[in-house]
Amino acid sequence: MNDEPILRFEEVSKIYPLPAGDVVALDRVTLTVDPGEFIAVMGPSGSGKSTLLNMMGCLDVPTSGRIYLSGQEISGMSDDDLTRLRRDRIGFVFQQFNLIPLLSAVENVEFPIILTTGREESRRRAIEVMRAMHLDDALFTHRPAELSGGEQQRVAIARALVNDPDLLLCDEPTGNLDTKTGMAIMEILAEENREGKTVVMVTHDPNVAAYARRTIRIVDGRVA
Amino acid sequence: MFFSFAARNLRRHWVRSGLSIIGIVIGVVAIASMGVMASSINLLAANIITDVGDTVVVTPHTAIGGTFAGDPRTAVDAAIPAREVEEIRRAANPHRTIPVLQGADEIEFGRGESGYAQIIGLAPDDIPVLLDLAEGQHLRQNQAGALVGIHLAREYGIAPGSRIVIGGEDVRVAGVLAERGMGFDINPDYAIVVSDGWYESHFGAKDSYPLVIVRVGDVDEIDAVKDAIESRINRREEVVDVADSREMLGQYEEIYDQITLFLLGIGGIALVVAAVNILNVMYISVTERIREIGVMRSIGALRREILRMFLYEAVILGVIGSVVGGILSTAFGYLISVAAIEVATAGTTFGENFTVFDQSAVGFIVFGMAFGIATSIAAGFYPAWKASHLAPVDAMRQR
Repeated sequence: MNDEPILRFEEVSKIYPLPAGDVVALDRVTLTVDPGEFIAVMGPSGSGKSTLLNMMGCLDVPTSGRIYLSGQEISGMSDDDLTRLRRDRIGFVFQQFNLIPLLSAVENVEFPIILTTGREESRRRAIEVMRAMHLDDALFTHRPAELSGGEQQRVAIARALVNDPDLLLCDEPTGNLDTKTGMAIMEILAEENREGKTVVMVTHDPNVAAYARRTIRIVDGRVA
Repeated sequence: MFFSFAARNLRRHWVRSGLSIIGIVIGVVAIASMGVMASSINLLAANIITDVGDTVVVTPHTAIGGTFAGDPRTAVDAAIPAREVEEIRRAANPHRTIPVLQGADEIEFGRGESGYAQIIGLAPDDIPVLLDLAEGQHLRQNQAGALVGIHLAREYGIAPGSRIVIGGEDVRVAGVLAERGMGFDINPDYAIVVSDGWYESHFGAKDSYPLVIVRVGDVDEIDAVKDAIESRINRREEVVDVADSREMLGQYEEIYDQITLFLLGIGGIALVVAAVNILNVMYISVTERIREIGVMRSIGALRREILRMFLYEAVILGVIGSVVGGILSTAFGYLISVAAIEVATAGTTFGENFTVFDQSAVGFIVFGMAFGIATSIAAGFYPAWKASHLAPVDAMRQR
């Protein structure tokens, strides 16, 4: 296996300029994420966990410092290059599920494949991943609004995994679910991790964090 | 994929989409049918105005100015005295100078019908120079007879040999004149032409004429003839107005061009309103879906793909609106033109075989449709561009 860390942060800061004064969301954060890790990022509200996750996911660029994804520096990349990195290497799971309401469940899962290949013959792969998420075939053609929270989150995980990314980033994946459903979702993520996916998850629920093998604590934008 | 996205989104908000399509339809119909109408008016005018390019028309100078030959305001008040007609004849020599007498009287026809008609008095040997016959014979010198304009003849069933009564005097119809159209000199289609001798014996001796026509053989000599008349008659003061049909035709064309522009302008305004509506609809669509755009961007949709998705929406609205508008304006433009021609040619035979849809009418419809699609895309571009340039993180934070 590749020894190179999948993610490396070097002195990464993020400062939001506001009229009332600059807000330092991340303050000279240095960390590494190795392939196959399962990491929980914990910390109080406003501590900078989400900013950290956005940086990991190439959704936001640092004000200063360097970020390497599998050894490749991402600051200075064009918007198109960053977008392609997100599409091909990273899977996102959100607290709000964030499925596209216009598309059926299976179309939501197909969407990233179509973005990559430009072709619409991707249904088989989508169905395969959805079945692995223990989703019933009858639900495939349903719109997101017709699904329960747990079902929506499984569809969202299927969407995140469909392009076989190296890194799965989850922002409070169980935050909108009841405990039982949340635990089922965590089982799925743990299973993915056992199969080799690197998972980084933001949470403030210690029961959820217990699934992770390492915890990074963020307080006031610094790794505590 | 992005096309189907756009279509689905439009279907999801079908009332909103429908309303903006109606806006474009109205715009396209307005611009196309106005264009068709303008081109029909133009065609009709070109059809009925006889271009007598080799004619100079001399009328008494009036303070009103810029009126046309036969304008009742000039015909009633002013006339050119006989001695000035001689001056004109000398100035225009060797071209033929034709003084015209014009009046009106009550006419009775064989079937007991009666009405008023214009009576034009001309020297018998001038008549063949100016007018063609449809049937019968021209007037001979010192012959009491009349030539009848074709519309009058058709309306009252007059043929050569018929007898009509002009102001109580019984006259034999020698011939029927060929259709001439709206000229800048005289309009005989609805008139009766008699010899100047008969005219004077009927209306009394005339020593002045409301109109003098100079027939110039060569178009290139028109300006020289005009100058000669002007310098001879108008030396001390403006006594007569000298005009030729070319410049009058030019004036008509200018007027019709302005009508066309005006009508297209009205259509254009309707389309601008439709464009603002599309802009508004697209803007709402972008604002509503800002979070969705953020999600798409975060899972790997490129900026240009987002741009394309929203532009498709504008294109779909524009194409549907323009096609429906094109179909409607074909029907609508046809009806408008038929009605316009009906009104413009009421009581005449002009435009009977007139085709409403010529190339330029079809051109206006195509132009209206193209303009509708282009306007929709232009209106959709800014919201689409804005959507594509949202930062994914900011977009997803929106509720």
